[in-house]
Amino acid sequence: MTARLMQGNEACAEGAIAAGCRFFAGYPITPATEIAEILARRLPQVGGKFIQMEDEIASIAAVIGGSVGGCKSMTATSGPGFSLMQENIGYAAMAEIPCVIVDVQRAGPSTGLPTQPSQGDVMQSRWGTHGDHPIIVLCPSSVRETFELTVRAFNLSERYRTPVILLMDAMIGHMREGVALPDPQQLDVWDRAPTEVPPEWYKAYVNEPQDVPPLVPFGEGYRYHITGLFHDELGYPTQRLDEIDPWLSRVFGKIERGLSEIVDYEEDEHLDRAEVIVIAYGATARSAQRAVKMAREQGSRVSLLKLRTLWPFPEERVETAAERLHRVIVPEMNRGQLALEVERVVGKHKVVRVNRADGEMVTPDQILDAVEQPSVGRGYR
Amino acid sequence: MSNGPPVRPLESRVHERYLRHSKKFPNVWCAGCGNGIVLSAVIRAIDDLGLDKNEVAMISGIGCSGRMPVYVDLNTMHTTHGRALAFATGLKMVRPWMKVLVVMGDGDALAIGGNHFIHAARRNIGLTAVVINNQTYGMTGGQYSPTTPRDALASTAPYGHIEQPFPIAELAQAAGAAYVARSTVYHARELQRFIVEGLSRSGFSVIEAVSYCHTTFGKQNQMGRATDMMRQIKEQSITSAQASKLSKQELADKIVRGVFADRDIPEYTELYEGIIAAAQAEIAAREEDEPTREPGVPVGEVE
Repeated sequence: MTARLMQGNEACAEGAIAAGCRFFAGYPITPATEIAEILARRLPQVGGKFIQMEDEIASIAAVIGGSVGGCKSMTATSGPGFSLMQENIGYAAMAEIPCVIVDVQRAGPSTGLPTQPSQGDVMQSRWGTHGDHPIIVLCPSSVRETFELTVRAFNLSERYRTPVILLMDAMIGHMREGVALPDPQQLDVWDRAPTEVPPEWYKAYVNEPQDVPPLVPFGEGYRYHITGLFHDELGYPTQRLDEIDPWLSRVFGKIERGLSEIVDYEEDEHLDRAEVIVIAYGATARSAQRAVKMAREQGSRVSLLKLRTLWPFPEERVETAAERLHRVIVPEMNRGQLALEVERVVGKHKVVRVNRADGEMVTPDQILDAVEQPSVGRGYR
Repeated sequence: MSNGPPVRPLESRVHERYLRHSKKFPNVWCAGCGNGIVLSAVIRAIDDLGLDKNEVAMISGIGCSGRMPVYVDLNTMHTTHGRALAFATGLKMVRPWMKVLVVMGDGDALAIGGNHFIHAARRNIGLTAVVINNQTYGMTGGQYSPTTPRDALASTAPYGHIEQPFPIAELAQAAGAAYVARSTVYHARELQRFIVEGLSRSGFSVIEAVSYCHTTFGKQNQMGRATDMMRQIKEQSITSAQASKLSKQELADKIVRGVFADRDIPEYTELYEGIIAAAQAEIAAREEDEPTREPGVPVGEVE
């Protein structure tokens, strides 16, 4: 495929179509609106459907309904809308309905800075809905990666029967880069596993033998029940501990057992010999990339670990990478959210935070300062 | 004014073909509750129409009404509070051939779900909404709802209710629903007929089922037992033909039963097929214009 100039939000929309998404429900919000606009035009071209709902709560609800109907479904929003979606994201986690939620982060809280980037929703993407639940969150740092991770978000969502959040930011969403998209024929696209049993044997929430039981779409002869209540293997509400506990073990277990497939990061060849590492994600990884290059040119032994999966947190890799090191720099466009997780894994004394939450990018110079003068990099500036 | 298939004579064991044999009964509803009558009317309506159970979905929100789908051998989904219509909209979009029934209570449909209710009506998407109106939040213990009458007592209106109630059927009609009717749990056969009619229409249909809650609202307002409240509904209710002869004052405490709207408005998912046709025609025309274009350049190539 020939290269073309493309916006991050456009890459997300095209990635969704390439992944097989055929239903989108959304509500306009800066800086995510282009995804809805593009899909309103593109989806019917490929036989898919678009609907603009009355709000974000309705959007995520319709997306879950579409997925229950057997269609790969997505919505896209930004912070304020993402907050509104939280209850139903929990429903998708509880009822194990695959769906993709894109959050193009803008500076907040509240209406914040609608056109300015942020990474303030890192914790909301993990813990935004109430109650304990597993979740997968992916985070792209370029236009091409946005395409790839959108496809991956659908793949993981369908394979693990879970909502997947694609955590973009206004910088990546609105940035234009020349990209050569992968040939659609070459793409690795995963579909929902079909059931092998007849309707009378089917249990939508069976705990064995697989930890991800097949989800049959409504309307295909398998009449079953879906609820947001704790449920038994048939989906019927239950308060019995001997039915609740196996469910909990299975839904957390399915993500834990899939870690090697779900967790994704990119490291450079210097990581094993580095004295300092920068752990970055999203748009900030671009500044970090630049900073690391400049520091290496000046003779520093520094390396970049770029995270593409934020949740589940790539705990093992971060732990081993930081083992020999005195310093781990975590630049973020927030007051320190993923840094909390890095600190938990590598120890607080090793972590140097570089933060800003004013709608501006963390600059390469800020990160470079932290690499060269450790005391300067700490805390919010 | 029934244009749909006729309501069949009462068959006493029809529920056996529609309730789930694998579900643990009894149900969660209080003895004497009107919800069972609504469930019965829904089941009989589906049976009257001879619908294939595989092609019928029942979706609910939260509250006593929210528990209805679990008992019924259909494609059933118990969603979040107020959002049943939005979930149902997504399902209907991708499975337009399915009959999607949405069962809600008055708090569910009109307070927390009020926005979805008016927009589903405005969009005229082919869902059938059955709203059980018992004028209170029963499951949480009798708080005032959007249909609680003024001056009534509620656990959150201990000094009397000062808000005016929403008239559900009139609201649905004004918001654009294709079919709107109101009956009561006393008039079970009429309710069944209205559900038959609603399910037979392609657009958004709303059937308000006036019910009661004797364990909360009834108790708070000293309205007696379930049978007393049922009797009161019977005595308060009049047909729309009778209502047309009454003054506004005379109508004040009446429950007007009947069909309020039955109009031929294009249904949303049918209209969307036109969008798909237009989008694909545009692509085809563009490809005819530029037959030699490099593959994969702008839109239209990624399948």
